[in-house]
Amino acid sequence: MRSNSLYIPQPTARPGDNPGFDHLAIPAVGETRRPEIFDSESQMRDMPFGLVRVLDEEGQAVGPWQIDVDPEQLRAGLKAMVKTRLFEDRMFRSHRQGKTSFYIRSTGEEAIGAAQSLVLGKADMCFPTYRMLAWLMARDYPMLDLVNQIFSNRDDPLKGRQLPTLYSARDYGFYSLSGNVGSRIGHGVGWAMASAYRGLSDISIGHIGEGTSAEGDFDEALTFASVYKAPAILCVTNNQWAISSFAGIAGGEHTTFAARGTGHGLPGLRVDANDFLALWSATSWAAERARQGYGATLLELFTYRVAAHSTSDDPTKYRPKEEAGAWPLGDPIARLKQHLIRIGEWDEERHAAMEADFDKEVRQAVKQGEAVGTLGKSKPPVSEMFEGVFEKPDWRVLEQRREMGL
Amino acid sequence: MVQALNSALDTLLTNDPDTLIYGEDVGYFGGVFRVTAGLQEKHGLARCFDAPISEGGIAATAIGMAAHGLRPIIEIQFADYILPAFDQLVSEAARLRYRSNDEFTAPLTVRSPYGGGIFGGQTHSQSPEAIFAHITGLKTVIPSTPYDAKGLLIAAVEENDPVIFLEPKRLYNGPFDGRHEEQVKSWAGHPAAEVPEGHYTVPLGKAATVREGGDVTILAYGTMVHVALAAIEESGLDAELLDLRSIVPLDIDAIVESVKKTGRCLIVHEASRFGGFGGELSALVQERCFYHLEAPVARVCGWDTPYPHAFEWDYFPGPARIVAALRKVMEDIDGEL
Ligand SMILES: Cc1ncc(C[n+]2csc(CCOP(=O)(O)OP(=O)(O)O)c2C)c(N)n1
Repeated sequence: MRSNSLYIPQPTARPGDNPGFDHLAIPAVGETRRPEIFDSESQMRDMPFGLVRVLDEEGQAVGPWQIDVDPEQLRAGLKAMVKTRLFEDRMFRSHRQGKTSFYIRSTGEEAIGAAQSLVLGKADMCFPTYRMLAWLMARDYPMLDLVNQIFSNRDDPLKGRQLPTLYSARDYGFYSLSGNVGSRIGHGVGWAMASAYRGLSDISIGHIGEGTSAEGDFDEALTFASVYKAPAILCVTNNQWAISSFAGIAGGEHTTFAARGTGHGLPGLRVDANDFLALWSATSWAAERARQGYGATLLELFTYRVAAHSTSDDPTKYRPKEEAGAWPLGDPIARLKQHLIRIGEWDEERHAAMEADFDKEVRQAVKQGEAVGTLGKSKPPVSEMFEGVFEKPDWRVLEQRREMGL
Repeated sequence: MVQALNSALDTLLTNDPDTLIYGEDVGYFGGVFRVTAGLQEKHGLARCFDAPISEGGIAATAIGMAAHGLRPIIEIQFADYILPAFDQLVSEAARLRYRSNDEFTAPLTVRSPYGGGIFGGQTHSQSPEAIFAHITGLKTVIPSTPYDAKGLLIAAVEENDPVIFLEPKRLYNGPFDGRHEEQVKSWAGHPAAEVPEGHYTVPLGKAATVREGGDVTILAYGTMVHVALAAIEESGLDAELLDLRSIVPLDIDAIVESVKKTGRCLIVHEASRFGGFGGELSALVQERCFYHLEAPVARVCGWDTPYPHAFEWDYFPGPARIVAALRKVMEDIDGEL
């Protein structure tokens, strides 16, 4: 029966309510099958409603998506995640202390950048969202450069031109970020098309938030990825919230985000993105598929945004305070650590020592960055402001620079 | 100004069941700048609700609702993010009336915070008014005080044509005169901060004379009205300051009258200079007041670069640059330019 009013989706819990995720049907570990990479989309229509999982509650790797990963790589992933979390918490505090204008954290989502950065090759390109710092950490991007960018100081690698955290690091396979959400997912597809055109085996991986999947950019990217069988991996990071809007505002009440591939003829996998091994396995699968010419895959990375959206909002105003703790798929760092300990490749002492090391490293980088200067205390030469608009400055900027006496 | 806008929206929702508000995070949360705070709770879910992150979709559906007879008020979270909606606004909203010979119209209002001064970097600082002013069929309104913000917003929503309503975000919580080293001021005590309850309008297309003077006319809108006022003080000149309030429709009579009186004109805007709205103003003044001009029409604007994060105050056309331009405009044509 049609009710004569406009339907407005509502989340299950708001501040003051009990957090609960019972409405999410979460398939058990091992339940979701692993198709062959050469299977056609029509043979994989069940996949968007499954959930690729590998780690069980005890930290054992089980099921069809289980994959052998060198423990050295697992430790590298753990380190990248821990480093990211320590760094982000520290920079968040720097913002509170007025040392920069803005900060955004990826708490709870660190496994995505860490696993995918290690799975993909140096020649592959990532078209990230602003919650992908772990990608850079996994590739040992210099921490001091991050700090200088965040402080927009004299040594900022982006010359003070860009908002804090909107990095660009081509040598690290990390495409230039922008404050506009969603606008680079199609670049990732174009990059992959270029790679195919040039006969290379490099692929691209692009990310978009579940909220931003509502932008036309997303459907356009899927269309091109499908039409040209672009060697690309497209990821919707479903962290349940887009600032104050729950996933239902982006269509999440009626289907999964992985299923958005179906109408485009692209296979969609849903992946437990708090499970490092599941991410590793699914990303390897999609990468292999792309490299072998079977085309693009859509991955829905199922996770939870533990932190505030950014330093500009207070999530207790729109969701229960305890909601993050109720997330049924745990914390990615704790889960990988548990697994490593279980297989005898890690222990509490080493973990504590690693945290202490990184804590020192973060402190030192922040101290060095502060010595150069925090926001407003130090900046690149003002004449730099006029550079990089075009390859060669035209008369307008030359005149304006002169007008400023530079 | 936030409360004034909220009061305008509250008044509109109360008086007219055909008005409704949607946009990213405007519902339960009340908007990232709190302009819609409390409206969902007071007026109901379907009167003020969250939209998908799809500016193109927000604009397209608002046009459809408006064609049906509603008066949607949509929020684009930052004017920097209005571009995905640009095609809808330009190719559809602006022309629906014309191409259908009045069969369908699009009386929608697009609210969006714009402008810099908050260290928002390239994508939370831009001033896109000129690209909308260029589009025939769209009206573009920019308030500079709480009183005007409420009256203009109600007038905009009651218009039968689409209106782009740009809110200077640096003025949301207090006047800002460009002296960024000074303590942040609130609106309390400002003469135009008194906002009456209930319904009133400030007509579109009427400039306000903020200060009368005989030396030179300054044309400004939004945040720059306050910056220009500070610059006048600093310069010691007897300048006349017009707050345009809407750039389409434009109060051409007020501009011409003032420039004919003073014989000099300085245009100030925060948007970058080349192709900015100042170019149009300058041409109009030159076309209509040429024989009264005693100096070339001058412009003080943002530089022709993207809005750079670290260089906020080098980019922002603050009082010092306006004072320097005023001094120059006061030299006669046959003086040294
Ligand atoms: C084109 C555009 N529209 C709106 C915004 C404002 N905005 C910034 S982040 C954000 C929410 C994004 O949510 P989601 O895509 O789910 O990613 P998440 O932040 O949850 O990682 C919005 C609306 C923007 N930056 N760009």
